[in-house]
Amino acid sequence: MKKIKFPLALICVVALFSFENPPYEVGDSVADFKLKNVDGKMVSLSDYKDQNGAIVIFDCNTCPYSKAYNGRIIDLNDKYASKGFPVITINPNDPEISPGDSFKEMASQAKKKGYEFPYLQDETQQVARSFGATNTPHVFVLEKDGQNFKVAYIGTIDNNSRDGSAATKKYVEEAVDALLGDKAISTTRTKAIGCGIKWRD
Amino acid sequence: MSNVFATILLCVSLSSFAQEAEVIKFDKLHSLLEEKGEQVHIINFWATWCAPCVKELPLFEAISAKNDPRVKVTLISLDFADEINKVNAFIHRRKIKSKVFLLDEIDYNSWIDRVEESWGGAIPATLFINQQTGQRKFIDRELKDGELEKVIESLMNQ
Repeated sequence: MKKIKFPLALICVVALFSFENPPYEVGDSVADFKLKNVDGKMVSLSDYKDQNGAIVIFDCNTCPYSKAYNGRIIDLNDKYASKGFPVITINPNDPEISPGDSFKEMASQAKKKGYEFPYLQDETQQVARSFGATNTPHVFVLEKDGQNFKVAYIGTIDNNSRDGSAATKKYVEEAVDALLGDKAISTTRTKAIGCGIKWRD
Repeated sequence: MSNVFATILLCVSLSSFAQEAEVIKFDKLHSLLEEKGEQVHIINFWATWCAPCVKELPLFEAISAKNDPRVKVTLISLDFADEINKVNAFIHRRKIKSKVFLLDEIDYNSWIDRVEESWGGAIPATLFINQQTGQRKFIDRELKDGELEKVIESLMNQ
């Protein structure tokens, strides 16, 4: 019996890996997802089909970088939601490892900060995995491409996590402005500086 | 009375042994990465707010405590530079003996690839360098049990 177990386990592992698609690159189409918002309602990317795109941000309550960027994330939605690029935030952290990121804590954060955009819980962490998100905050600017959304920019919000007013490169704003002006995005990829996502083992 | 003074003096001099983090720019980090010598240089990137980093610091401290002349440990704090007091308080509280620098370079995308191209930007991250051969190993996650010793061993000169 023992002799059979090992190759079986191996086959399962190999199968798991081969079913998992590689993470999104700039230009890739994004599969639809459906996650629970802090108000208890389900939100899908396809709910945004009438928009020009979306600014998807993997974020959390607990990371110092997320805290530092919180005001700037709210500002992004204020500036771009009316132009057809609303913000959608997704918390992928496992609340077992990071209790401050529980659904309850997420709801209280959204209320306290007056979020006018969804703050979704990625309970299975599958959405974060399919995007290839590694850190919080980790931004994916999506643009509408026919019936689909495709990735236009991946990375960090700007080049000064501590002080937004001192940032000299505002990558996300530059990307969305370029899309709105029908121009090429000059920087489509940066490293998302932040805290590693707390993956379930 | 003189005893009191002696005690105060002793306390003051003892407390001055506890190190303070030295704030550096990337050029200093770069020279540490390029340093030539006969050691395996372990450079750990951490921050006081990063729980998994704090959890594994004792592993690096244990390596430092061995005083093995073939191994050198450097801790690079990525705490925000205006929170240096937090870092120093941490060093004092934990009695950190390994050399600590605080890297004051907020535009990570301008330097991170020069440390290691595969680094996604999260910590903990640890770079091991054989200063003689230039051979490197980079691990951007928590170290597993016994992994630190294994990597050091694998990079030691024969």
